[in-house]
Amino acid sequence: MTPLLSVHDLRVGFGRNPQANEVVRGVSFDLADGETLAIVGESGSGKSVTALSINRLIDFGGGRITGGAMTLKRADGSLVDLMTATEAQLTGIRGAEIGMIFQEPMTSLNPVLTIGSQIEESFRLHRGLTGRQAIAAAKDALDRVRIPDAARRLKYTPNQLSGGMLQRVMIAIALACNPRLLIADEPTTALDVTVQAQIMALLAELKRETGMSVIFITHDIGLVAGIADRVMVMQNGQAVEQGELNQILDRPQHPYTQHLLHAVPHFANGSNARVDGQRDKGAAEEPALEVNGLVVRFPLKSNFFSRATGAVHAVDGVDFDLMPGETLAIVGESGSGKSTTAKAVLGLVRSTRGSFSVGTRKTAAGHSAKPVQMVFQNPYASLNPRLTIESILAEPVIATGGRVNAETLARMASLLERVGLPRNSLERYPHEFSGGQRQRLCIARALMLNPSVVVLDEAVSALDVSVQAKVLELLVDLQREFGLAYLFISHDMAVVERIAHRIAVIYAGQIVEIGDAASVLSKPRHSYTKKLISAVPTIERRREHFELDTRQVPSLVRPRGFEPAPARWETFGGDHLARVEG
Amino acid sequence: MRILRAIFGHGSGRIGGVIVGIYLLIAILGLLGLTPHNPITQYRIDRLHPPSAAYWMGTDLFGRDVASRLMAGIGQSFTVAFFSVAFAALAGTILGLAAAWLGRRWDGVVMRVMDVLLAFPAILLALLIVTVAGPGTWTSVIAIGIVYTPIFTRVVRGPALSLKAREFVDAARTFGSSSSYIVTRHLLLNLVAPLTVQVTLALAWALLTEAGLSFLGLGTQPPAASLGLMLSDSRNLMETAPWLMIFPGLTIMISILGFNLLGDALRDILDPRMRRAPA
Repeated sequence: MTPLLSVHDLRVGFGRNPQANEVVRGVSFDLADGETLAIVGESGSGKSVTALSINRLIDFGGGRITGGAMTLKRADGSLVDLMTATEAQLTGIRGAEIGMIFQEPMTSLNPVLTIGSQIEESFRLHRGLTGRQAIAAAKDALDRVRIPDAARRLKYTPNQLSGGMLQRVMIAIALACNPRLLIADEPTTALDVTVQAQIMALLAELKRETGMSVIFITHDIGLVAGIADRVMVMQNGQAVEQGELNQILDRPQHPYTQHLLHAVPHFANGSNARVDGQRDKGAAEEPALEVNGLVVRFPLKSNFFSRATGAVHAVDGVDFDLMPGETLAIVGESGSGKSTTAKAVLGLVRSTRGSFSVGTRKTAAGHSAKPVQMVFQNPYASLNPRLTIESILAEPVIATGGRVNAETLARMASLLERVGLPRNSLERYPHEFSGGQRQRLCIARALMLNPSVVVLDEAVSALDVSVQAKVLELLVDLQREFGLAYLFISHDMAVVERIAHRIAVIYAGQIVEIGDAASVLSKPRHSYTKKLISAVPTIERRREHFELDTRQVPSLVRPRGFEPAPARWETFGGDHLARVEG
Repeated sequence: MRILRAIFGHGSGRIGGVIVGIYLLIAILGLLGLTPHNPITQYRIDRLHPPSAAYWMGTDLFGRDVASRLMAGIGQSFTVAFFSVAFAALAGTILGLAAAWLGRRWDGVVMRVMDVLLAFPAILLALLIVTVAGPGTWTSVIAIGIVYTPIFTRVVRGPALSLKAREFVDAARTFGSSSSYIVTRHLLLNLVAPLTVQVTLALAWALLTEAGLSFLGLGTQPPAASLGLMLSDSRNLMETAPWLMIFPGLTIMISILGFNLLGDALRDILDPRMRRAPA
């Protein structure tokens, strides 16, 4: 039987001389009806380019297919050569035969049109439906992706829906014409774990219902386990290994696959939690950072002259302390207030109430004028592209009234060496470094002032898994060496397990559970913590089915003068506390 | 040096660069008085003499050498253009940065004033200012400078607002960097590219506005030479002595073409998306 899609020796290049600038170099695979192929690779491996070549969207992205063969079996059984198909033919194939969903649901939808009209468009184009019929079809499409109250939601514009809902809308559009092939390009990367779990569950269910084939592109090999039949691992534009799911995950042959599987953080329900540097119960040491009753609210005003009618309660009464040499991970989903907490600690946003005290204890390298420093999420945005590394590292010193002298330069050199960068980095510019190297630079910059507390705001989230593992190792080493306290903000439970001593789970601006890492991860008490942990994709949880949960995060907008009820806490041994629900 | 090489590697940049280079040379010669004849000496016998070996571009109604006057005029017009654009760029950058950095009320006030200025056509506003302040070289510098300030303010404010929200600015705040350090190092340094392009293009407009003001008799005052003034003088002699109009007209046209080509080239060269990152 002929496969649905057959790709042979596909080559794609970019730029003026596509032959010389090949990004995909000879990829071959077959996809049978109803099969799911996962393409896994790190950024720049050519996985997205391969996918975009299949429906020839790559032509619009400046790429050129330089060689190979691609054949698609159409619904009527005829074969189409995708290499030579005319633009008119391709327009008929895209949407109708090959559906596609993208990474960023917020930007893939037109913000000024209602989602209803955007879904109807697909029916109009491919099925010729108009008026009532199109609206009814759009409602059915939304029902299909399990969006509750579909008829009303059709009139919403994208800004009224959350990221997870929008990705469902994107899926509804992609599936509108019952395509027999769905290409999903990192469809859950921009979403929270619990939402990711729901989207994955939805995709699996829809696949079962419709019997379509899926090409699922991801950088996260842990995610593959739940959905794929076959896996193809890509590196530098080549498919280094492909085969059955179990074979790839259990008996990887190629060293790169083995490396990937080794590097991906395995979530192990707390059994991998750190055992070094535990809190000494008896010692009454001064904490490196203590936060009491932190509240951050952003007033809502309808216009310039009116009084605030309410406020966004971004952070609503957060308390914690952080001992020297300890990592406290703050875990939560987007919009839960974890980044706002960090920014408030650094004074980047003004806190409405609450107090901090930063420990006065000398660090290993002496007292610092600025004891709290921060490393940001995006290493590409947090370094000024126009400054040399020397100027970048000098900035904190200049900012605190210091001079760039031989001593400063020596410190720069030793820190660069310590974070694993070449000595000649000083006169180079940020664009000459890779993402991982830039994040090392940011770490070096944060350490220039001998801080006692470093806030790491999703500091490894933007990095590829193998780079991520190395940066985490570096962070742990630096912590031991300088006695640093880390406030580690993350949404990724597997990463948190590797670095945290203690974990605080934050939900809707409030801490709902806090305690030592092993205890929180192995015996979560609060329902939200349980939900977060059960959503973590792992290689071990193969083909596990998630139940669909369409609850939305509660609105953080409160009327004027609203105060949350004081928290009641329940202890579960040691310092493991959970908020009483009810 | 790298920029110069890039300009000459760029198709329209090469042409624009050569044109602007030649004009700069002529302007310097004209300002230094190194012209074939004295631009204000009246050779009464040779009035309205057509172009010849002695008078390359002929003479005007008073018997003054057109080629020499053109050189002096280019010098004069370029001086006005350079100083007025320097004024506009400086004032616009400061106002734009202030509006973006201080935000809130400052942003509102500065940008509304700029909107009002922008609402007038350039030449009309310049006319208004010159009429109030009296004609002359330096009043036209100030007038043209004020006219083009809002454009620079807008060019600076937009990118500055987006730079202000970038993480490296947040990072700088966490070290406690001073506002002046952040504004100069993190904002201004990243605005060099758009500013350079804007300066080149503004030079062309300023040249044209200066010519317009002089044409209307409110810019450079006779007997000093300026491109607009020469065009204005040629108006009534268009048929008897066409060279009086053709040469200054061509001069203005080619110079503006040159600046525009150079500006386009700079925009391409300085755009990071067009730049290939060194490996």
